[in-house]
Amino acid sequence: MASIVAAAPWHTRWAAMRRWWARDHQTLTAYLFLLPNIVGFLAFSALPVLAALVLSLYDWDLLLGRSFVGLGNFRQLLDDAVFRAAFVNTFYFSAVSVPLSVGLGLAAALLTNQTLRGVTIFRGIFLLPYVTITVALSLVWKWLYLPNVGLMNQLLALVGIAGPAWLVDPIWAMPGLILMSAWKSFGYNMVLFLAGLQSIPQHLYEAAMIDGATAWRRFLHVTLPMLSPTTFFVVVIALINSFQVFDQALIMTNGGPGTATTTLVLHIYQVGFQSFHMGYAAAVAWVLFAVVFAFTVVQFRAQRRWVTYE
Amino acid sequence: MNDARVLTAAPGRLALAGAGRRAITAWTVVGYTLLVGLAVFTLIPIVWMVLTALKSPAEVAQIPPTWWPRTWHPENLAAAWNAAPFGRYLANTLLIAVSVTVLEVSTSALAAYAFARLRFRGRDALFLLYLATLMIPRQVTIIPLFILMRELHWVDTYHGLIIPQAFSAFGTFLLRQFFLTIPFELEDAARVDGSSRLGCLLRIILPLSGPALATLAVFIMLYQWNNLLWPLVMSNSDATRPIAVGLRVFLGQYGTDWNLLMAASTLAIVPVVGLYLVAQRWFVQGITLSGFGGR
Repeated sequence: MASIVAAAPWHTRWAAMRRWWARDHQTLTAYLFLLPNIVGFLAFSALPVLAALVLSLYDWDLLLGRSFVGLGNFRQLLDDAVFRAAFVNTFYFSAVSVPLSVGLGLAAALLTNQTLRGVTIFRGIFLLPYVTITVALSLVWKWLYLPNVGLMNQLLALVGIAGPAWLVDPIWAMPGLILMSAWKSFGYNMVLFLAGLQSIPQHLYEAAMIDGATAWRRFLHVTLPMLSPTTFFVVVIALINSFQVFDQALIMTNGGPGTATTTLVLHIYQVGFQSFHMGYAAAVAWVLFAVVFAFTVVQFRAQRRWVTYE
Repeated sequence: MNDARVLTAAPGRLALAGAGRRAITAWTVVGYTLLVGLAVFTLIPIVWMVLTALKSPAEVAQIPPTWWPRTWHPENLAAAWNAAPFGRYLANTLLIAVSVTVLEVSTSALAAYAFARLRFRGRDALFLLYLATLMIPRQVTIIPLFILMRELHWVDTYHGLIIPQAFSAFGTFLLRQFFLTIPFELEDAARVDGSSRLGCLLRIILPLSGPALATLAVFIMLYQWNNLLWPLVMSNSDATRPIAVGLRVFLGQYGTDWNLLMAASTLAIVPVVGLYLVAQRWFVQGITLSGFGGR
């Protein structure tokens, strides 16, 4: 390359040098712009991900010191009953809370997308739990779920149902957590669905009406297929978020009764910051990451079968 | 976002017949019934929290419960306020949230400018790295970060609570997408007039990016106000505790005084609900622009 440049006439050489300077000058400028962000990004986001992988290979106790154990932590995970419970609980939580909050979000979006007076107020109400401090809302729901004085069972009693003991019952604690989480997050899904609904071209509905399609058929054959990219996006986000559930579980049940509501992130917190087994906690965190990653990949592969792009 | 679109209502208008009119009326009734039902479901816990906060301990423990307090006890709010340093917690929260917002918006704007407007070696690879980390759960980094904080003696300090949180890829990503939509011609004209790149960013790009900057700022503020896990592991004294962690400590001390707990929760959510009501538009836009922001 250099010899070609050297052999070229002087003005070509000069032009090549100017191009090189122009390009590298801009590279220098660009990196100056990036510097403040990139230093923080590398130090506090990118490198810690790798550090977590290294950590997971150590028996790293904050109090007792550290030693290399290879895949020992991961092997230990297989025999850890609490980890197994946390793994199953997290899937249980996701499998029920995602359809519930996505379904409620879609319903809220369809309802507030109508030309009814005051829909913007309703939108504001539906999004309120999402923006409010989760710790405070968890306290409220803990209070609602109290078996005897709690509002939930009092309301159920009004319609003749003897409510369960909710958060203190190993069977009902998780449904209690799921209901609260769906309540908190459906407004977020509504906002995404609304954006999707409003990007559907109006002429499709007009065409369907000229063909005599009923409102139900228009919903089935225009709205749903045109909304499927949004639905896909909402489900992916909801699933990623649901795998990371923590605040509610910590405040409402602290994982109990027993391990009935211990989630993966709560397990990471308990192992890492209450028992100080940092290496083991890092291994659990990497399992969490692997699960999130695998599900996202599966979703992206499966979308070809049900998502319609225009 | 604010203009409700005609979906099901439109056919009625086009149908021209009286039957269409009746259908609209029936739909209006059904629609409102469902909307009100969902709104009641959404609001009951929050209303119940405020009402409980204003009842006497005896009335709170009463079965069946009363809806409307028979006697009002607004002094519960003062009692909760005085039972723990909530003023300090709120001030800490404000300081942390504002600092993270300022740091993140400014460094993200600089980086986003480079990604959106400059051609440089390694740009695409670097951007891909940024994108890839959007997918990584924050909990994965929390353990090595905490060890790093211990080594630096940053645990239980403001900078420990602020700096590690202020460099998410999300802000850079969101602003880059917006900067890309600004016509290059505007910048070229300024460049010909001898403006530096930084001058272009400050005088041309940023003034045109008001909505995107506001969206990002509101989003980060609300996220920081709600954030629990990082402050939970980082702050272990009232001096640095933000409100979310403070509330949890309060729960540990007043575990069964429900009127006090609800009073404290009410105090905790007032600022964030206020911010939401004022800045709802930007917040909704933030969600729409990138669902990744929810994390």
